Amino acid sequence: MKERFDVIVVGAGPAGLAAAYTTAKAGLKTIIFERGEFPGSKNMFGGVLFAHSLSEMFPDFWEEAPLERALVEERYWLLSEDSATTFSFKTKSFGQPPYNGFSVLRAKFDRWFAGKAVEAGALLVNETLVEKLIQKDGKTIGVQTGREDGDVYGDVVIVAEGVNSLLTKELGIHEEWRGNEVGVGVKELISLPKETIQERFNLEGNEGIAMRILGTTRGMTGGAFLYTNKASVSIGVACMVEDVSNECVCPNDLIDDLKNHPMVKPLIAGGSTKEYSAHMIPEAGFRSIPELVHDGLMIVGDAAMLTILITGEGANLAVTSGRLAGEAAVKAKENGDFSANGLSSYKEAMDESYVIKDLKQFKDFAGYFHSNRDILNLYPSLLNGIVKQVIATDGLPRSEKIERAKAMLKEKKSYWQLMKEAWHGWRSIR
Amino acid sequence: MHLVVCVKQVPDATEVKVDPVKGTLVRQGVPSIANPYDMHALEMALQLKDEHGAKITVLSMGPPQATDVIKRSISIGADDGRLLCDVAFAGSDTLATSYILSQAIKEIEKTDPVDIVFAGKMAIDGDTAQVGPGIATRLGYSLVTYCLGIDGIDTGRSVIKARRQLEGGCEVVEADLPVLITVVKEANEVRYASLPDLIKSIRSDVTVWNKEFFELDIPQCGLKGSPTQVKKIFPPPPKDVTPEIMNTGETGLDEIANTVAEAVSKAGIL
Amino acid sequence: MKKSVWIFIEQTDGKFNDVSWELLGKGRELATALDAELCGVLLGHKVIEMAEEPVYYGADKVFVIDDPLLEYYRTQPYAHGLVALVKEYKPEVFLMGATYLGRDLSGAVATHLKTGLTADCTVLNIDEETKLLHQTRPAFGGNIMATIYCASARPQMATVRPRVMSMPDRDASRKGQIIEAKLGLKETDISTRRVEFVCDPSTSFRIEDAQVIVAGGRGIGDGANFKLLKELADVLGGVVGASRAAVDAGWLDWSHQVGQTGHTVRPRLYISAGISGAIQHQVGMEGSDMIIAINKDPDASIFKIADYGIVGDALEIVPALTEAFRKMKGESG
Ligand SMILES: Cc1cc2nc3c(=O)[nH]c(=O)nc-3n(C[C@H](O)[C@H](O)[C@H](O)COP(=O)(O)OP(=O)(O)OC[C@H]3O[C@@H](n4cnc5c(N)ncnc54)[C@H](O)[C@@H]3O)c2cc1C
Ligand SMILES: Cc1cc2nc3c(=O)[nH]c(=O)nc-3n(C[C@H](O)[C@H](O)[C@H](O)COP(=O)(O)OP(=O)(O)OC[C@H]3O[C@@H](n4cnc5c(N)ncnc54)[C@H](O)[C@@H]3O)c2cc1C
Ligand SMILES: Nc1ncnc2c1ncn2[C@@H]1O[C@H](COP(=O)(O)O)[C@@H](O)[C@H]1O
Repeated sequence: MKERFDVIVVGAGPAGLAAAYTTAKAGLKTIIFERGEFPGSKNMFGGVLFAHSLSEMFPDFWEEAPLERALVEERYWLLSEDSATTFSFKTKSFGQPPYNGFSVLRAKFDRWFAGKAVEAGALLVNETLVEKLIQKDGKTIGVQTGREDGDVYGDVVIVAEGVNSLLTKELGIHEEWRGNEVGVGVKELISLPKETIQERFNLEGNEGIAMRILGTTRGMTGGAFLYTNKASVSIGVACMVEDVSNECVCPNDLIDDLKNHPMVKPLIAGGSTKEYSAHMIPEAGFRSIPELVHDGLMIVGDAAMLTILITGEGANLAVTSGRLAGEAAVKAKENGDFSANGLSSYKEAMDESYVIKDLKQFKDFAGYFHSNRDILNLYPSLLNGIVKQVIATDGLPRSEKIERAKAMLKEKKSYWQLMKEAWHGWRSIR
Repeated sequence: MHLVVCVKQVPDATEVKVDPVKGTLVRQGVPSIANPYDMHALEMALQLKDEHGAKITVLSMGPPQATDVIKRSISIGADDGRLLCDVAFAGSDTLATSYILSQAIKEIEKTDPVDIVFAGKMAIDGDTAQVGPGIATRLGYSLVTYCLGIDGIDTGRSVIKARRQLEGGCEVVEADLPVLITVVKEANEVRYASLPDLIKSIRSDVTVWNKEFFELDIPQCGLKGSPTQVKKIFPPPPKDVTPEIMNTGETGLDEIANTVAEAVSKAGIL
Repeated sequence: MKKSVWIFIEQTDGKFNDVSWELLGKGRELATALDAELCGVLLGHKVIEMAEEPVYYGADKVFVIDDPLLEYYRTQPYAHGLVALVKEYKPEVFLMGATYLGRDLSGAVATHLKTGLTADCTVLNIDEETKLLHQTRPAFGGNIMATIYCASARPQMATVRPRVMSMPDRDASRKGQIIEAKLGLKETDISTRRVEFVCDPSTSFRIEDAQVIVAGGRGIGDGANFKLLKELADVLGGVVGASRAAVDAGWLDWSHQVGQTGHTVRPRLYISAGISGAIQHQVGMEGSDMIIAINKDPDASIFKIADYGIVGDALEIVPALTEAFRKMKGESG
């Protein structure tokens, strides 16, 4: 195709849309390619969008964006076969501006976000797969799409194609992700009447809850989640690809385990499954982040492995990285320099932002879980056993109970081991 | 030759839900697509254009967003489009819809006579398959429904030869022009736009006609012009979800088989 | 003039379509509720000698137009004949089968008459208060139901899919009145002509249209075993369906696949054998009226949505079912 663009964005997920919005708004001629029928049509995620990243671009976005519920509670569940130990934090203040986070359905949300980018002047081209980056003398100068006469040239390409980033792999920017670098997530959307959700989760009006659940993954590295939407809940499990293939379990079975757990079952009883989806998640964190800036090329969002496993963050990092890449492209345009050097302000801004700082902070965390299998295998049930022992009022004197609890613990783990694991755990996040 | 193709924008059927309390359709956020059958109708028109040369005008009635389906049609080769959009058209049933579409076709014919009008076999949001025959009836055109393909056009005699998909076979018919043809999915594979054509269509302006742009008897349009009215909408009654489970380990094979056969017969299925 | 309920009697090459009798059965109920007479309308060539048949299924009167121009179905002459009859006799209600022919014809007739037409109704009844025909049908791919009525225009027209209404008994002792009418058209008034009809049942396999589906999955073990399913389907007058696993294995082609990436079906009876019931399969068939599931795993998720679940080996159970249905059909004639 003859027409040239300043910026070519590949992928209309949160990362690509943030980038395209930013460059188009600054007057750069921007084209964005999405392989799905429309942005969001092929996308899924667990369901929490933390508000801060988007509000930097759209200060009062909650007044117009299609959001489900404002999350006022984070609840952690450690499950054994029939028990749950809960940690929870709830505050009404998260239910008011500036809000902490929202549950979101991607099909609606991505579409809205895309509308913003188009309003700002970006040209959105759906149902078009970018097959290859076009290179000349080691510099990216355009993309090749699957359509007839489908080569497009531009000053900079922003790759935002999500975790399965074939384009950058083909350039040798990173290798094929290994099974211990990516996870697989499966999710079901279960519809329930609004009132039922409000009652079951003790919520008012548009408030919602995010639940993170450990102990239902048959010991594999991973966890489960349950988020409330307006009239449905998103429930799912994510596990390391390597574990899933080693253990030969089908992700479907994991989600069935979860839905049938006696603690979870009543929460979704009477609901009907409306959607089922599966998607990969980058899990390796900081250590796998590829070089973000190349000649004529920037990488943003999941394509750059920007997710934080422990807090379930990804979309917000995608938005922030997209915006920063967009700003770098604007600067590069001003200077007429789209080389790696001319685009380097993206990398600098990332290093300064919470994105890279947080990723660094948690850099050993996934590895920690992975090499200490007991954490997910043993501890949830052990903890529940001990708590039960202590709480049960059965005529035993409390002193005796505590002794027994200690014995239960010791039977499985020496104090020394426990201390060691705790120390490593602490190290992995500081 | 001048071909008109009727394309409707429909919600993606798999995603429509009913609000169980209010009994209304939940359509917010449900993606809209071009009715798949209509795209096959367009493809049939495009193949005629490839072979004989023709001008193709796409016609759609719907809300402002329905410009999307016209743009999509233009991206694969339609020459022109009209969106019929007016509050007066809202709530039209098939009778009113066929009226409005046929009046627009009459208007188009004033400057550019029409040889063939194409429509989909049916629109997937209502599955009625009534609008096509309705338009043909109103315009006094010949009608060829369930068309699988056009085998030839004899412009001298002004007739077309076409194949129709019927129960148990295929009927070959001859029809005088002008004709309205409704098209089934099996007719063809819809083509894919080249990138420059796609981009051109995204940027194109679609002509919108409101009720002032063509001759209309307003009482025949919209809710007022629709003899059928929806009394209520409700989710299908929930299944009686206490399955009866039988185990060959416990019960004899014949007994199980007979129980099932009786249940089926009692339900009046046979 | 007494009110009347009309049923279009569909015939092709002298063979009646059963949906006409099903509609006469329903029509009788509606006529009773309206205190109206039930009439059949029969069009075709050399059909006058068949005109008593609708009476045997409940019609009080049969209107007949017998004309060489009606030898095979064409929209124009059929619509012309019906419209003239309706204008003269003014029925309250007019029903047709939602067949290829009925859908084509009903749309044209309703437009001529400028009246309402509701397609594919599954429930029809007369509202006691208003005496209007309440027409209920699935909408939006079957996710919801809608009840529709037509307040002022007449007749109130609807089409109904075959096998939705039950078949009335035939009573050859019934008597009725046959009323003949003229078509009043010449061949040159008609703008379409049949060139030929090519019989080919295989080209039009549409699993969506089947009223009974016997579907098999990976648990059937082998493509050859599908003949067991076919036998059961044949006894039930149904067709064979498959899960994606069975299609991927090459046992059946995609036109048989039920589910998210296959076809969505809502037959009256769905028998699944050796299918686990993955959600992608369920979404394609959960709308079936009755589901019978066969699986050797008692925890298979298909049992959650089944009306009847049979735990055991499909290869044993399916032939047993075939036998039981065959026996039952034999007994009832
Ligand atoms: C099960 C699961 C639960 C999650 N839960 C959360 C959560 O609760 N909160 C959170 O913040 N994050 C969550 N995440 C992570 C989050 O989904 C991602 O971090 C985020 O979506 C990344 O955005 P992105 O724009 O980089 O990529 P994506 O959202 O993956 O978007 C990529 C887009 O590019 C398109 N595309 C890909 N290749 C091409 C190509 N070659 N040509 C054209 N288009 C292409 C795709 O169709 C897609 O639209 C979750 C992820 C999973 C899998
Ligand atoms: C995006 C996507 C789309 C999909 N679309 C579809 C779709 O459209 N349609 C579809 O069907 N699937 C679809 N699938 C696949 C779906 O997830 C399942 O994998 C598939 O339905 C399984 O087929 P199955 O039940 O035949 O096989 P299996 O899951 O292998 O189940 C076989 C069953 O047979 C039982 N069995 C074994 N032997 C016997 C015996 N002798 N007698 C009785 N029972 C026996 C077993 O207990 C088991 O339950 C899709 C998947 C994805 C990811
Ligand atoms: N609003 C509309 N705009 C354009 N075409 C329509 C519209 N409604 C129906 N049609 C055409 O009529 C066909 C049959 O529609 P229906 O009778 O609603 O099933 C469709 O496939 C379209 O080609």
